[in-house]
Amino acid sequence: MKEAKILIYDGSFNGFLTTVFKAFDERIEIADIQKNSVAQRGLFSDTETVFTQMDKAKRVWNGIQKKSNSAIKNIYFAFLSESKGIELLLYRYIRKLFSPIDMVHLNFSDDTILKISQLAKSVGREKHRMEAFVRFQLTQDGVYFANIEPDFDVLPLITKHFRSRYADQQWLIYDVKRKYGIFYDLHSVEIISLDLQDIHANSIQKSSVFTSQEYDFQDLWNNYFKSTNIKSRINMKLHTQHVPKRYWKYLSEKKQAG
Amino acid sequence: MSFERIKEKLNILADAAKYDVSCSSSGSKRTNNNKGLGDSSGMGICHSYTEDGRCVSLLKILLTNHCIFDCAYCVTRKSNDIKRAAFKIQEVVDLTINFYRRNYIEGLFLSSGIFKNPDYTMERLIMVAKKLRLEENFNGYIHLKSIPGASDELMREAGLWADRLSVNIEVPTISGLKLLAPDKKHEDFTKPMLKVKNEIIQYKEEKKIIKSTPKYAPAGQSTQMIIGATGESDKDIMYSATHYYKNYNMKRVYYSGYVPVANDSRLPAIGSQVPMLRENRLYQTDWLLRFYGFSVNEILNDNHPNLDVEVDPKLSWALRNLNQFPIDVNTADKHMLARVPGLGMKSVGKILNARKFRKLNWDHLKKIGVALNRAKYFIVCESRHWERRDLHATQIKGLILQNSQGKFRGNYSSQLSLFN
Ligand code: SF4
Repeated sequence: MKEAKILIYDGSFNGFLTTVFKAFDERIEIADIQKNSVAQRGLFSDTETVFTQMDKAKRVWNGIQKKSNSAIKNIYFAFLSESKGIELLLYRYIRKLFSPIDMVHLNFSDDTILKISQLAKSVGREKHRMEAFVRFQLTQDGVYFANIEPDFDVLPLITKHFRSRYADQQWLIYDVKRKYGIFYDLHSVEIISLDLQDIHANSIQKSSVFTSQEYDFQDLWNNYFKSTNIKSRINMKLHTQHVPKRYWKYLSEKKQAG
Repeated sequence: MSFERIKEKLNILADAAKYDVSCSSSGSKRTNNNKGLGDSSGMGICHSYTEDGRCVSLLKILLTNHCIFDCAYCVTRKSNDIKRAAFKIQEVVDLTINFYRRNYIEGLFLSSGIFKNPDYTMERLIMVAKKLRLEENFNGYIHLKSIPGASDELMREAGLWADRLSVNIEVPTISGLKLLAPDKKHEDFTKPMLKVKNEIIQYKEEKKIIKSTPKYAPAGQSTQMIIGATGESDKDIMYSATHYYKNYNMKRVYYSGYVPVANDSRLPAIGSQVPMLRENRLYQTDWLLRFYGFSVNEILNDNHPNLDVEVDPKLSWALRNLNQFPIDVNTADKHMLARVPGLGMKSVGKILNARKFRKLNWDHLKKIGVALNRAKYFIVCESRHWERRDLHATQIKGLILQNSQGKFRGNYSSQLSLFN
């Protein structure tokens, strides 16, 4: 039997797909696939670093897409979960996908397939939550700005939504945890990294970065939010199920009264 | 604009609008193809939730809470001694745009008390929508209330700017309507509904021939009924809902547990509990009718005029029809799978897919997400273990209730014990 190898890649999705290509192409027995930033060499296995090659990544992408559109979506979403050991799990998933059984990605009685579809679902849920919970604040230079701190790396997934919705205003959504953002300048969306001094959560402290009207509108929104309550129907358990507490600090309607 | 004054109006006019429970903002297909503001082609988004757990997706306000009518169940009725206010048209436009740009909302839900007369009021609502579309290039969602008694011409115009139109029938029976809303006639509600229905059909026909035909109320129309204000039965409510779905092509019927707002001998007193559990059961029934292939008389009929509060309507139906169970999940057709308590349509779809690969056992079903604590009494699968005892409906119900925690049980234990 061939000895199992650990493949190391640059952490990008295309890097991962290149790794998959290599593993298939050279029929490598895989012990693990690891990001170079967190790689731990195994005691008993060989390691090899894989360099991202777009053409190879593309071939894997196209191959999977030909098998199934929902599978390619599951793979990308699950990858963005950044969950520990996700690469190996995805590798197994892709191998199953290329097995001779048709529509195998719908076989939810298989553990790997179930796990991937669950992870993809969690990431999908986070994507929807971000589309809902982003709160823009208007800066003095006319940019609608928002901070987010999602559990998963969802910025690449929400770009399209915000671009088609806010086509006539400049906006910037910045991921505090991963330290990068997406910026729309009325023409296209770019990925940017910023050295952000302050995190703009929903603090009652006013910042001179934003227009003064900004705080008036937040105030109106908070008021509106309060008056939508029907006291005789209150159900906080249901409320926090829909709006988990970890998101509150960026929601202006959750601002504590000053 | 003066924010203090706006704030005061917003408080009054949002407060009066909150009893309308509709929050849908989907189904419109209005895309942002003019590089304008907003897009409502996707599923509607809930941007927040009220502390009672309802979705907040639209800025839901009245244009004014002045009203010439005196409907007993309504806070806005003219005999009620409350603060009154009215927005200017431009104020509503500005609020909507500024909230939308900050990603607070999917759009506007504008209703109104009736001032002067129905047409005058409807005209104002239309002006807001038209301004948003034409001056602000706004492609977000707009839901306008059709004012009962508004003319056909205005209803035709309203649909050109709005995504959805709705008339709230509020009282499910005609006798109840006479008692509680003496100023209104049944036709005042149905006439605008009928007009909207016919316009939708006509525009769709024209669209087939002329591609450039404008959209007319692309998200359709809806209505709302108040629950528990007039002693109506669940059967009355659901038969009337079915009537509106069928005859007026309603997209949705909403059920709103009556929140007492008046000391009026015709109505439950202020402080009476809001019938939230009943409301929930009615929504469950509505789903069974729309998505699970049930017809209304299977669930509610003269022998069973009211829904069981203790268990959901599907389980209740299954318990009355034990002779149709158990079914084999590995062979049963979709129609029957959908009728198994504990099986949602998602699980049904997954079962249909997964069983192509292998025969499913309990473990598989659990992983798929089937609520086995309920389903196990009604199905068999690839396993030698299944419920073999010859249980009666009441025994099964008892066993299921023992092991389940309804989301309303805590709130309702006191209410439930009243029925024992
Ligand atoms: S007409 Fe409408 S706003 Fe006026 S009292 Fe009746 S329900 Fe309320």
